[in-house]
Amino acid sequence: MSGPELLLWARGTGLQIAVAIFLFGLLARFVELWLLGRKTDLSVARASAVGPGLRTVVSRSLPMPGALKQTPLVFLGGYVFHLGFLATLLFYVPHIHFLRSILGFGWPGLPPFLIDVIGLVTIATLIALLVQRFTDPVRRFLSRADDYVAWTVTFLPLLSGYVAFHRLGTDYTLMLALHILSVELLLIVIPFTKLMHMFTFALARWYNGAIAGRKGVRV
Amino acid sequence: MADNQTVGETLASRGISRRTFLKFCATMTSLLALPPGMAEVMAETLARTRRQSVIWLSFQECTGCTESLTRSHSPTLESLLFDAISLDYHHTLQAAAGDAAERARVQAMQDNAGKYLVIVDGSIPLKDGGVYSTIAGHSNLDMLKETAAGAAAIIAVGTCATYGGLPHANPNPTGAVAVSDIIKDKPIVNVPGCPPIATVITGVVAHFLTLGTLPELDSLGRPKVFFGDTIHDRCYRRPFYDQGKFAKTFDDEGARSGWCLYELGCKGPTTHNACATVKWNGGTSFPIESGHPCLGCSEPNFWDAGSFYQALSAKTLPLSAHAGAALAVGAAAGVAVGLVSRAKKKAAARQHTRVSADDLEKGGGA
Repeated sequence: MSGPELLLWARGTGLQIAVAIFLFGLLARFVELWLLGRKTDLSVARASAVGPGLRTVVSRSLPMPGALKQTPLVFLGGYVFHLGFLATLLFYVPHIHFLRSILGFGWPGLPPFLIDVIGLVTIATLIALLVQRFTDPVRRFLSRADDYVAWTVTFLPLLSGYVAFHRLGTDYTLMLALHILSVELLLIVIPFTKLMHMFTFALARWYNGAIAGRKGVRV
Repeated sequence: MADNQTVGETLASRGISRRTFLKFCATMTSLLALPPGMAEVMAETLARTRRQSVIWLSFQECTGCTESLTRSHSPTLESLLFDAISLDYHHTLQAAAGDAAERARVQAMQDNAGKYLVIVDGSIPLKDGGVYSTIAGHSNLDMLKETAAGAAAIIAVGTCATYGGLPHANPNPTGAVAVSDIIKDKPIVNVPGCPPIATVITGVVAHFLTLGTLPELDSLGRPKVFFGDTIHDRCYRRPFYDQGKFAKTFDDEGARSGWCLYELGCKGPTTHNACATVKWNGGTSFPIESGHPCLGCSEPNFWDAGSFYQALSAKTLPLSAHAGAALAVGAAAGVAVGLVSRAKKKAAARQHTRVSADDLEKGGGA
């Protein structure tokens, strides 16, 4: 398959397959979580669960006091990577046009040179986090295959995007096709790995906060 | 034009001075990325060359490729150079018709066996035995195979002949294919474009006449010298792309200021052609210069690559049906997995042995 044919497939049939698997996996996992359910709490609620639940979603997303000193790379790298990934995904003009073609609406983008810098920093941060995972004996011990899968499928869109952005390599069309395919791989993998946390993190934080709030614990 | 005239004699008889001819050769040498010294070699060789026999086959096409060559800005040296070859068969341009025309083709094939050039525009329909396009009772497929057999080389001009083009577009009712899908044993140069640039066609012919070889080709069979860069690489509006300045509509401030047309669907980043450098209409302009996004007409399947006016990154096929089906199947799968997990949970709970305080005391406790 030549570059143009691969690009056309990636933008058409490939995207249809990836979106279908992504949505299938996403809904299947949410329905399963919902059906598993929790036992009804028969005790009288001491306080409302809603406020603490929402507060916890926010508070657990903010820096934990002392974390910067304890694990500076995870602390800084975690924020830099997550925000950088979201910024390049949501504010690069061609990406906005991609999302607009699916969602039906768009928003203003950032200038390309900013996306370039953010992309590079994000890539460097991901590499640093991987190196730390390898070199730190505890992290290495705790890491399983799916951690490395999650890292790889997150890294590939960034790397291929950066290469395509700067027109490195011989064929831009092919690089663009590979970039879109790498995003499709990410979409397919998300529901079935730890990457699902991009949707469940809020639910888990809400649940922790709400259960404490109901018992009257101040959060 | 007598058949034994050289190209130089023909051009001279047309009032083309040697100076003008040298300028043409210098330009052509530069466009073909040949060393500067080759300009003189090209001039000498071309001037001495006996008229090259060319058979032009027009299949499923709109004659735009021929128009591009002959009518773009007449008279040009490019079109005159084409007069200087022996165009032995071209059913749009030749005076002969019917059997006489077909005899001319067969005669040229016999007289110049192994040496003639075949230029093809238009795609070849294969469905239902190729009945969708026939010339003098021959299917395009038969005529191409027969003519290609004795050719020195084939130049496929236009996107139809190179990649199938419009006839090949979904749903391709005639089963149209490109020349290179049929002919495998002859050198083929692809000069895509809808239409292709006249200078590029002439450049390939000049290269063949001068050096006796075909120019270096890329993976899609296109001459690298003309198709090595993308429109985007050479676009004069590129700085606006790099600065993130885009026209949002065809009549907004950005469009009037000449900003980048990416958001209006420009396919320049993935389109390989020489429009931005060679330009059209005697070097006047190219589509982007006239405020219209590049359609990507020199790339395979450009008709099927989504809307001309949707950004390059946008999806090309609808997603809602697939998404709906995926959600339905996903919900069903979730219910199935959820119920199985719940049954497991309940079964595990049932197997718990209830222990009362009495049981503990009965046990005698430690």
